Amino acid sequence: MDPIVRMTNIAKHFGSVIALNGVSVDVFPGECHCLLGDNGAGKSTFIKTMSGVHKPTSGEILFEGTPMSFANPRDAIAAGIATVYQDLAMIPLMSVSRNFFMGNEPVKTIAGMRFFDHDYANRVTMDEMRAMGINLRGPDQAVGTLSGGERQTVAIARAVHFGAKVLILDEPTSALGVRQTSNVLATIDKVRKKGIAVVFITHNVRHAMAVGDRFTVLNRGQTLGTALKGDITPEELQDMMAGGQELATLEGSLGGTV
Amino acid sequence: MADTPQAALDERVKDISPIRKALIRPELGGIIGTVAVFTFFALLAGSSGMFNAQGIMNWTTVSAQFMIIAVGACLLMIAGEFDLSVGSMIGFAGMMVAIFGVTLGFPMWMAILITFAICLACGWLNGYIVVKTGLPSFIVTLATLFILRGFTIFIPQTVERKTIIGGIREAAEGDWLAPLFGAKILGGLFQWFGDIGLIAVFERGNRAGQPVVDGVPMLIVWAIVLIVFGHLLLTRTKFGNWIFAAGGDAQAARYVGVPVNQVKILMFMFTAFCATVFAVCQVMEFGSAGADRGLLKEFEAIIAVVIGGALLTGGYGSVIGAALGALIFGVVQQGLFFANVESSLFRVFLGVILLLAVILNTYIRRIITGER
Repeated sequence: MDPIVRMTNIAKHFGSVIALNGVSVDVFPGECHCLLGDNGAGKSTFIKTMSGVHKPTSGEILFEGTPMSFANPRDAIAAGIATVYQDLAMIPLMSVSRNFFMGNEPVKTIAGMRFFDHDYANRVTMDEMRAMGINLRGPDQAVGTLSGGERQTVAIARAVHFGAKVLILDEPTSALGVRQTSNVLATIDKVRKKGIAVVFITHNVRHAMAVGDRFTVLNRGQTLGTALKGDITPEELQDMMAGGQELATLEGSLGGTV
Repeated sequence: MADTPQAALDERVKDISPIRKALIRPELGGIIGTVAVFTFFALLAGSSGMFNAQGIMNWTTVSAQFMIIAVGACLLMIAGEFDLSVGSMIGFAGMMVAIFGVTLGFPMWMAILITFAICLACGWLNGYIVVKTGLPSFIVTLATLFILRGFTIFIPQTVERKTIIGGIREAAEGDWLAPLFGAKILGGLFQWFGDIGLIAVFERGNRAGQPVVDGVPMLIVWAIVLIVFGHLLLTRTKFGNWIFAAGGDAQAARYVGVPVNQVKILMFMFTAFCATVFAVCQVMEFGSAGADRGLLKEFEAIIAVVIGGALLTGGYGSVIGAALGALIFGVVQQGLFFANVESSLFRVFLGVILLLAVILNTYIRRIITGER
């Protein structure tokens, strides 16, 4: 099987700061590819390169086998690469259905004028939410009344509904409680089974282990390697993320709880 | 989590009664305020003529003025920005009509169209500076407030050596565009109302037999048209969704492809359009343009919008609410006059209403949006 996205030797410099220094990642359809790394490892810069926010300084991006250069996020979305940002996924003051169709509003024509098709939007929103296991009081319920996990789920459902082939999730579980996290992880599993490639960014090894098929660890702007599920233990991943030695000293005083 | 897509009711989603659901809306504060204000003045000034044909036309006209600028301010505020230059823009636009139509002797329709073009350009510039520099619109339009007011005084003083230019009504005589702002409609209907005794008629003088109210000023028609347009645009169109999104969270909206900058610039231009409509109606009615016209109108517009339930920081609000806020404003201002109350108390009354409405609106909004 060919990778849907192949990124080779990606480098990104911001002035004198080298944020990425040769990162290579392959993402296959229907897999959950976990991108792990501590704060400052370059995870966010890397996914922003993949989603068209940043242009790489050097390196090659192949999307479905052809070289791609996205001018802006809109291009990437049109190609089928959707990104769900941790806290910028939804607008809390707006209703679920208005959020769901934000930027992709369905229209119907009445007397020559184009109006927002609320009936269609509401129906689709309710169906999609039910399929994801969220019971809404109504499509006009404001997103602010949903929990953090539900908001992530709505954002994921939205990306899938609008034809994402690659779904990038930027730390979707980092601010969530135990139950909400398991809901989001279950959602990731559902999406993967539809044949969509999921890129799951996290610094929590347990969350990664729960759903990941492959794991790539970033450290100081470089890839430390990619491992398949079963080839690596959580402890090894944890060590790679933290750069080995520093964690070893920590582990002594904290009894291996980190 | 269950995989079955059934609509099993979550025990934590409380059922809401239909009555509560119908009540909990952004306009509720405005609706309650309107009822309260009308009740208050019906008791206090019911016998003063406030609610006969002339009285109704009086406070309706004043309210319609507030409504015109409130619609623009409302959509702009929902898009997440302010325009403090509305008042100066009103003075400036009126002066432009006078300079072009009277001083320079252009045909009135041309003077009006040029004025609209200049003011829309000012609105565009406000918006362009705000989205390009990322400065708060509060500061940018505060600068515009002073700049426009300065020109409004400087230009007539330089060309006419005075700050009030008259003769607009004469210059507009026979013009095809001017009646769109200055005429009255339904004159026949009101004559008939007078004839059948539904409304009072003049008993003496050269207008004897004519009804005391001889038609609906175009100002009121503009107010209604703008409210309907603004409400439909906001709630029933794709662009309306973008207005909410731009004000709710500009970055999140950009990530899904909403052209936030264009939306904001267009809303600044719409606000300028509303201010110009107000100004042209006003100079047509008065027959003159004055350099001090429109003073403090920007705050009156913002107050009406906030009474109507909009959130000052954007992303939430209602055009209908803003229109009710403007109605409250107009009724209070004229009602105190009818009730023979010292006019300085208008401010006290207004402050109290503003405070109560905002407290109520905040409470309602928290219920709707789950803010904490």
